[in-house]
Amino acid sequence: MAGLTKSEFANPVINWIDTRLPIFTMMQKEYGVFPTPKNFNYFWNFGALAMVNLVIMIVTGIFLAMNYQPNTELAFDSVQHIMRDVNYGWLIRYVHQNGASMFFIVTYIHIFRGLYYGSYKAPRELLWMLGVVILLLMMATAFMGYVLPWGQMSYWGATVITNLFSAFPVVGPKIVTLLWGGFSVDNPTLNRFFALHYLMPFVLVGVIFLHVAALHITGSNNPLGIDVKTPQDTLPFHPYYTIKDSVGICVFLIVLSALVFFAPNYLGDPNNFIPANPLVTPADIVPEWYFLPYYAILRSVPNKLLGVCMMFGSLMVLFVLPWLDTSRVRSARFRPVYRPLIFVWVLAVILLGICGAHKPEGVWVILSRVCTVYYYLHFLVILPILGKLERPLPLPESISHPVLGGRGGGPLPGGALAKLMEKA
Amino acid sequence: MPKLRSLLAGVFAPALVVASLLSVPAMAQEDAMPREKWSFEKLFGTFDLAAAQRGFQIYSGVCSNCHSLKLLHYRDLSGIGLEPEQIKAVAAGFTVPLGTDDQGNPKEGPATPASAFRSPFANDKAARVANNGALPPDLSLIVNAREGGANYVYGILTGYVPAPAAFKMQDGLYYNKMYPGHQIGMPQPLQDGTVEYTDGTGTSLDQEAHDVVTFLSWAANPETVERKQIGVRVVLFLVFMTGLTYAVKRKVWSNVHH
Repeated sequence: MAGLTKSEFANPVINWIDTRLPIFTMMQKEYGVFPTPKNFNYFWNFGALAMVNLVIMIVTGIFLAMNYQPNTELAFDSVQHIMRDVNYGWLIRYVHQNGASMFFIVTYIHIFRGLYYGSYKAPRELLWMLGVVILLLMMATAFMGYVLPWGQMSYWGATVITNLFSAFPVVGPKIVTLLWGGFSVDNPTLNRFFALHYLMPFVLVGVIFLHVAALHITGSNNPLGIDVKTPQDTLPFHPYYTIKDSVGICVFLIVLSALVFFAPNYLGDPNNFIPANPLVTPADIVPEWYFLPYYAILRSVPNKLLGVCMMFGSLMVLFVLPWLDTSRVRSARFRPVYRPLIFVWVLAVILLGICGAHKPEGVWVILSRVCTVYYYLHFLVILPILGKLERPLPLPESISHPVLGGRGGGPLPGGALAKLMEKA
Repeated sequence: MPKLRSLLAGVFAPALVVASLLSVPAMAQEDAMPREKWSFEKLFGTFDLAAAQRGFQIYSGVCSNCHSLKLLHYRDLSGIGLEPEQIKAVAAGFTVPLGTDDQGNPKEGPATPASAFRSPFANDKAARVANNGALPPDLSLIVNAREGGANYVYGILTGYVPAPAAFKMQDGLYYNKMYPGHQIGMPQPLQDGTVEYTDGTGTSLDQEAHDVVTFLSWAANPETVERKQIGVRVVLFLVFMTGLTYAVKRKVWSNVHH
């Protein structure tokens, strides 16, 4: 296999490099002419948005790390030093803080896109599973990042979440000691969380590389969920999707800016403006909004070990989703029963999030239990059975050919339907 | 199938409405929360500098007897419109620790603009001993650190009313309608006419509380004005960029039949 590449680049310098290390040929192949289904709607922006978001987080994070002190005596004040004395430190920190929330918004929409259009089905199972790994890594990174400002909610959040591991028999307490680096959340915990919080994003970059590599083997799914059949079904990635993604990036940046400049603490907790104090427990220990649904699942179960298992299980079930969903039709557009049911599932998740923000009393316990049961019911019972019972609508012949049937009306050109969705 | 869809939509929409109603924070039920008008809370709002300076006068004269403002330096006071000379003069009025002298003994001296605000007590223990066991919180971030923000702090300062007859008070605590549990360790700090303003502004309790909360809001978020001003420019630029990018996208895609 060894041997020089025959480069087609005219520029002699690029040609010289490309001959020896064909990164330009690779970029041209994977991001220039890469054949991409031509019927994407704007849901297909969110992968690129997540990538941009990650870059923003890494860049701002590096500058924060230059001024942050991972020491329990200094951490809180060093964050305030960044906010007050470092040039544009408030901007860097608020972008990082709100960027974390945006990262989860973007990723959750990206996941919903995958669920709605069946992007997890063969042959994209591994692509999907790598995505779940990315989600888990993101969550671990976000959790440890939230501990670093060393406010009350940082400290108590860390205490509650790390303590969850103690529920596991035999190894549990040992895991907790290892996480803490001692016998309570303290300076060693903060030190290791800082080190890991700096490391994890780069692990994330590695897994995302695999995610994208797998994507470029299978090719992208599309709103119709049918395979690309002819070159007429596709467009080169550049300029068609580079420009379409750019539109999305601009809108994304507007939302991020609105948060950063006009409501930077809207998604935060007032308690985290109080320095960590192991002797005073806040009235209500609540995680960041993006963890609330899992927190609600955890608290809906009276038994600690079972609750922890249910919480982690709610994510683990995603790994086997490609095999739980027995329907061979990908896009919800052609699955008349799955289509409303996926929204019911989304509603259950939103309700779980609301339950997670409230004290587990009265109606909230009942609601979170109902929603937890439905969450699992959707994956473990409904999806396997539905695939056998549901009668999908007729699938279009190809992406570029007229659709048969469509949404109950007369035949529509395949693209026209996509256009409708795009505007919706 | 459309029947099923509308049926589900009929369930989905009311459920969302109910959920959003339920999710309104419990704070909304607390009718004690005042709704003051603040110069800085609007989209383009800035700090009322005269109010903030009066608030600084109250902090210096009243609050600073017990409450520290550790995260601030005297130089920061340029943020509420003090001139360099005024800041030097303000700082010089405070004696702060200045490290050690040549013999290694702790040294004290007049503060400079670079000095951190002087704290009333050497440490938390000393603060508790002097305050009947209660620890007066640092005020640097107090407006951010309480649900309700500026309105809450204003509510505490103006919330001292006689305890209801049936209410059992502990010794050494004071009744405050805003404070959770209504028993607060801080005696009423401000009354009508507690301070005398040099600019002739009236010194009603409401005015004093309003001024000191304006000052504390600035102290908690000194970047507010700059942040919003940059934000307006950034968002305007991005809206323009979005329009431009969308136009280019339309042009690029114009030859695609889909």
